Amino acid sequence: MEKFSQVRGAAAPLLLDNVNTDQITPVVFMRSLEPDYEKALFGRWRLAASEAEPFVLDRPHFKRAPILVAGANFGCGSAREVAVWALVAHGIRCIVARSFSEVFRESTLKNGVLPICLGVADQSAFEQKVVAVDGQAAFEVDLVAQTITCPDGTVFSFAMAHNERAALLEGLDDVALTLRHRALIDAREAQIAIEQPWLQSVRS
Amino acid sequence: MKADPNHGATLFDKIWARHAVTQEDGKTLLYIDRVVVDDVRASQVLKNMERRGLAIRRPDLAVVVQDHSVPSFATNGVLGGSAFLDATRVAARRHGLRLFDVGEAEQGISHVVMPELGLALPGSTYVCVDSHSPTVGGAGALGLACGSTELEHVLATQTMWVRKPRQIRIRLDGELAAGLSAKDVILHVLGEVGLETARGAAIEFAGTMIDSLSVEERLTICNMAVELGARTALVAPDEVTFAWLASRRFAPQADVWRQALGAWEVLRSDDEARFDADIAIDCRGLEPQITWGTTPAQVMPITGRVPDMADASRAGVTYMGLDPGERLIGRKIDRVFIGSCTNARLSDLESAAQVLAGRKVAAGVKAVVVPGSRGVAREAEARGLRDIFLAAGFLWGEPGCSMCAGGGGETVAAGERIVSTTNRNFEGRQGTGVRTHLASPATAAAAAVRGEICDPRPFMQGG
Ligand code: SF4
Repeated sequence: MEKFSQVRGAAAPLLLDNVNTDQITPVVFMRSLEPDYEKALFGRWRLAASEAEPFVLDRPHFKRAPILVAGANFGCGSAREVAVWALVAHGIRCIVARSFSEVFRESTLKNGVLPICLGVADQSAFEQKVVAVDGQAAFEVDLVAQTITCPDGTVFSFAMAHNERAALLEGLDDVALTLRHRALIDAREAQIAIEQPWLQSVRS
Repeated sequence: MKADPNHGATLFDKIWARHAVTQEDGKTLLYIDRVVVDDVRASQVLKNMERRGLAIRRPDLAVVVQDHSVPSFATNGVLGGSAFLDATRVAARRHGLRLFDVGEAEQGISHVVMPELGLALPGSTYVCVDSHSPTVGGAGALGLACGSTELEHVLATQTMWVRKPRQIRIRLDGELAAGLSAKDVILHVLGEVGLETARGAAIEFAGTMIDSLSVEERLTICNMAVELGARTALVAPDEVTFAWLASRRFAPQADVWRQALGAWEVLRSDDEARFDADIAIDCRGLEPQITWGTTPAQVMPITGRVPDMADASRAGVTYMGLDPGERLIGRKIDRVFIGSCTNARLSDLESAAQVLAGRKVAAGVKAVVVPGSRGVAREAEARGLRDIFLAAGFLWGEPGCSMCAGGGGETVAAGERIVSTTNRNFEGRQGTGVRTHLASPATAAAAAVRGEICDPRPFMQGG
């Protein structure tokens, strides 16, 4: 997995709630074993936008924005991980949202993308800054310090579970991490085989 | 994880405790009993595992299904020729995984076939890269969705790290009147509870209404609990569940069956168990429900009027081409789709067929029915349901997801209005600009006959 420690660049505001994965990556753009993720990203919205008022990620300042700022329940709906891959294809490395759908959030972590939820008290202050700056200056996200520094020097702190943070910082392999518990997995598996033998092979 | 002796344990706690391997940093490592790999993900996931040098820990506990990409209708007489289906076949064979392939007896939508074959059993954990995995809660199995990289982890370790969710019990009381179904119940619940309350939670559905429902109906309820934002959903297995599971293809037999029954009977929340929230919803006098907006919670009784909403929700009404205060009854429609893991089981086809018997689809309406599995299709043929659909002018498709997400190429033209038995009415879900009204199979069938949205109840009186 790709490591994450710091990222610096434009923060693109997409301040909507309940943005779902059908909107992030519509199925019509996914009908190939090797889809064009960059093109698929918010494909329908981008097509529907006008030249005068392009979709936020198509505005010149946000074309390579590494930070996306969203509302509540970002990434809800279908469990498709391609939604994260498409964001990555566009260069997004960090998403700040009011909240995330759990499956989507797990997928960001697996792809070296940092999901941040600021404390309730800071959310609108941060969003206002993002809107005011409008891509004219860079924000800096630092996972080591667990802070976001705004162009005007204001600093917002965010919380992150220890393991998730360590995995992102070091780009650790999730399977290797879990297999540190191999003995416990073996034991649980053996116990289920004894207590619930009907949960065995699906091949019979 | 430890059940507090003073409070008792919930059904969810019990399944969780039986599968917990260890805990770390706020997450629990859960042992997974059943893994389903679908045709959209299979080849990529298995290729990635090879690239990473990961072996599948228990290939005997995984199943590969062809569902999302199955073309509903043969083109040039060829079925199942898509790149996804071929890649899935190759990948499954290469890794020695059991595949339910197009045309085979067990094939169908994952969340339809797994309970139907007795593969998603009470008290088991079930993972699939599909948000509707919690469907299997209707049979008492704990279904969890994950992303595709996570699936590689599950296949490699047979475990998944999960944050233990909040727990909510939703008690539903009342009984179903003629012409109503589980879909109406869960749409009503969506309207009552909204999209905030249950977000990320584990829901247990209980109450007299749930007790009276068949397993198939409970599967429908748990399927759409996902639209409440729930992480998972459960119904405590009971006599209804056991009777339904007995003699299923992969269900335990003889002595093992009796042993399983003993273990399943205790799978219920203790009287003293406490939930983070307990919600009661009265379903007495329920009317058929239909959505008017672009979230499944934007729903109303069929005889109602589109509400006059605040700004944010207006967008849904505008997209749907409706006016606040408008009645939906009488609205012309272009299409009807009966299918998906929500409503493509035998009882769903039966209720639609009851409406369709002796009637015809209205001129100008394209109506499609796609059974959820080969098993459902076989049974429906044997009972004469297929003939009823065909005689009415419905197209009868190959089992799969079909128009639910359009993965099999079954899309609808822009601007068309469709009454659909699926679970999502998001903007563009069924195609760009497509206007989706979610409803029960009976309501969908009645709309097909009338060519407009209508109350299905008059069609069902006297059979
Ligand atoms: S029928 Fe629809 S919701 Fe169900 S598994 Fe298929 S695509 Fe997903």
